[in-house]
Amino acid sequence: MGRIAALTRNPVMIALVAMLAIAGCASKKTPNNAADLGLNGAGAATPGSAQDFTVNIGDRIFFDTDSTSIRADAQTTLARQAQWLNQYKQYAIVVEGHADERGTREYNLALGARRAAATRDFLVAKGVSASRLKTISYGKERPVAVCDDISCWSQNRRAVTTLSGAGS
Amino acid sequence: MKSILKPLLMIAAMAMGMTAAGTLPALALVELNVNKGNVEPLPIAITDFQGGDALGAQISQIVTADLKRSGLFAPIDKSAFIEKITNPDAAPRFDDWKVINAQALVTGSVSKEADGRIRAQYRLWDTFAGQQMAGEQFFANDANQRRVAHIIADAIYERLTGEKGYFDTRVVFIDESGAKNARKKRLAIMDQDGANVRYLSDGRSIVLTPRFSPNRQEITYMSYESGQPRVYLLQIETGQRELVGNFPGMTFAPRFSPDGQKVIMSLLRDDGNSNIFAMDLRSRSTTRLTNSTAIDTSPSYSPDGSKVVFTSDRGGRAQIYVMGADGSGQTRISFGDGVYSTPVWSPRGDLIAFTKQTGGEFQIGVMKTDGSGERILSSGFQQEGPTWAPNGRVLMFFRDSAGGPKLVSVDLTGRNEQPIPTANFASDPAWSPLLE
Repeated sequence: MGRIAALTRNPVMIALVAMLAIAGCASKKTPNNAADLGLNGAGAATPGSAQDFTVNIGDRIFFDTDSTSIRADAQTTLARQAQWLNQYKQYAIVVEGHADERGTREYNLALGARRAAATRDFLVAKGVSASRLKTISYGKERPVAVCDDISCWSQNRRAVTTLSGAGS
Repeated sequence: MKSILKPLLMIAAMAMGMTAAGTLPALALVELNVNKGNVEPLPIAITDFQGGDALGAQISQIVTADLKRSGLFAPIDKSAFIEKITNPDAAPRFDDWKVINAQALVTGSVSKEADGRIRAQYRLWDTFAGQQMAGEQFFANDANQRRVAHIIADAIYERLTGEKGYFDTRVVFIDESGAKNARKKRLAIMDQDGANVRYLSDGRSIVLTPRFSPNRQEITYMSYESGQPRVYLLQIETGQRELVGNFPGMTFAPRFSPDGQKVIMSLLRDDGNSNIFAMDLRSRSTTRLTNSTAIDTSPSYSPDGSKVVFTSDRGGRAQIYVMGADGSGQTRISFGDGVYSTPVWSPRGDLIAFTKQTGGEFQIGVMKTDGSGERILSSGFQQEGPTWAPNGRVLMFFRDSAGGPKLVSVDLTGRNEQPIPTANFASDPAWSPLLE
């Protein structure tokens, strides 16, 4: 289900990961995105590839506690995402909504869903076709950061734009 | 799939009177008033059941553990016993038990019948009145050995407190293993004391929030197996599963109606908000109960089925609301300082249990059904999701600590908190009704 699993199933993607690892580029512009995929470099990805999107555009935005409003920094990221998605129309898109652990399970499923919907709506407002976009909520079930403090929670309150490539 | 909730066909109860004791005039027998604010645990001596090799001691041990965990009984250490019971059918030497302050005494025996069944019998004695209070015998097959012990514990609990017991029950829960960012979650079922764990899903998909049907044979839960998270129904005995309803979006937070005929749950709207629907399992018709641009979730019926309590953030932050079962008269009932969620109506109808977040803590508490009389029973860094024991006197919930969640029970006084032993991490407990 996760993006890492999806990557390892795709030989083209594996080749790209290997290439990036060899290149070993030190730049860490967007550590939250690249580091999670085990990608140490940025900028070397083929334009229009999923890596290009994740590393150079930024695949995720973050939210304030118990909030679903798109912050100013997130708006910048989403505008960049929309521009890229409008350029590379071969991708179908799933927006994942996530919550931190500081809420109850059922409520956080609803909160993650609302974050995914808010993100989707922003992308649509920036011209991405609604027919390409689906959403899914993982509530607090898929944290990326696993410590028990504020620095972690802020990374887990997120919406991640994932490319399924079904249209390519 | 192996049958695990097969009706206990082999169990038959029979009252046993002592001829002598039966003719005694009624005395004021020992009893526990569980409605008092501060219950002093009742000292009780539970002797090893005679016969059955190790089985007699095992039954005694299970009865002892059940009664002790309830917090209402203080089982006396066997090493303090003076009289060695050799004939469990004969009146004990009451003075020997009074001197170690055993106000109640349990004797019993277990034997194998010719047809292979187990016969277990117990007698409950009031040592200060010098008289038998109860006596019953049960027949069971081998697979139900532990159940016999739980049934005996329930009988003793009921005789001494006047309340139904809750030991012959099961709990469905989510078994969690693996790293926190790649947690494997499996549907599981076990006895209320943590024994006899069985897995009901393989862990390939995320499963959450299992809830027992009042008929004890079905579970409703949420699973990601189709990609989109949805509510399912599982027949425990056959393993047969089906989707509940054919809704366009995510369905979640399911619970049965008290008659078992409906599942109430949240449905995600396209605008990202969630509303509450009920689906009739026979006619498949669905009824919308809420229609707000808010998160409405965690619905739970009152035991008479006439009302539903739920969580909503329509007022800004999550609070608890009550409405009629048709969606009428939606009224906020929680007004404390904090965020409230996971309301669950007590099977007795008198209280609503909830999770409350305040001051950086997660609390488990109860309030009356109009929102008054809030009492916090347990506070911690991260804990949530209470479920009621069928007698409405004990709650189980899950608490995150040391890397993952574990199950904990607490009684209504808040003073008796007990860990529920599980091999792995465990969350989302849901207590069954008393088994049949």
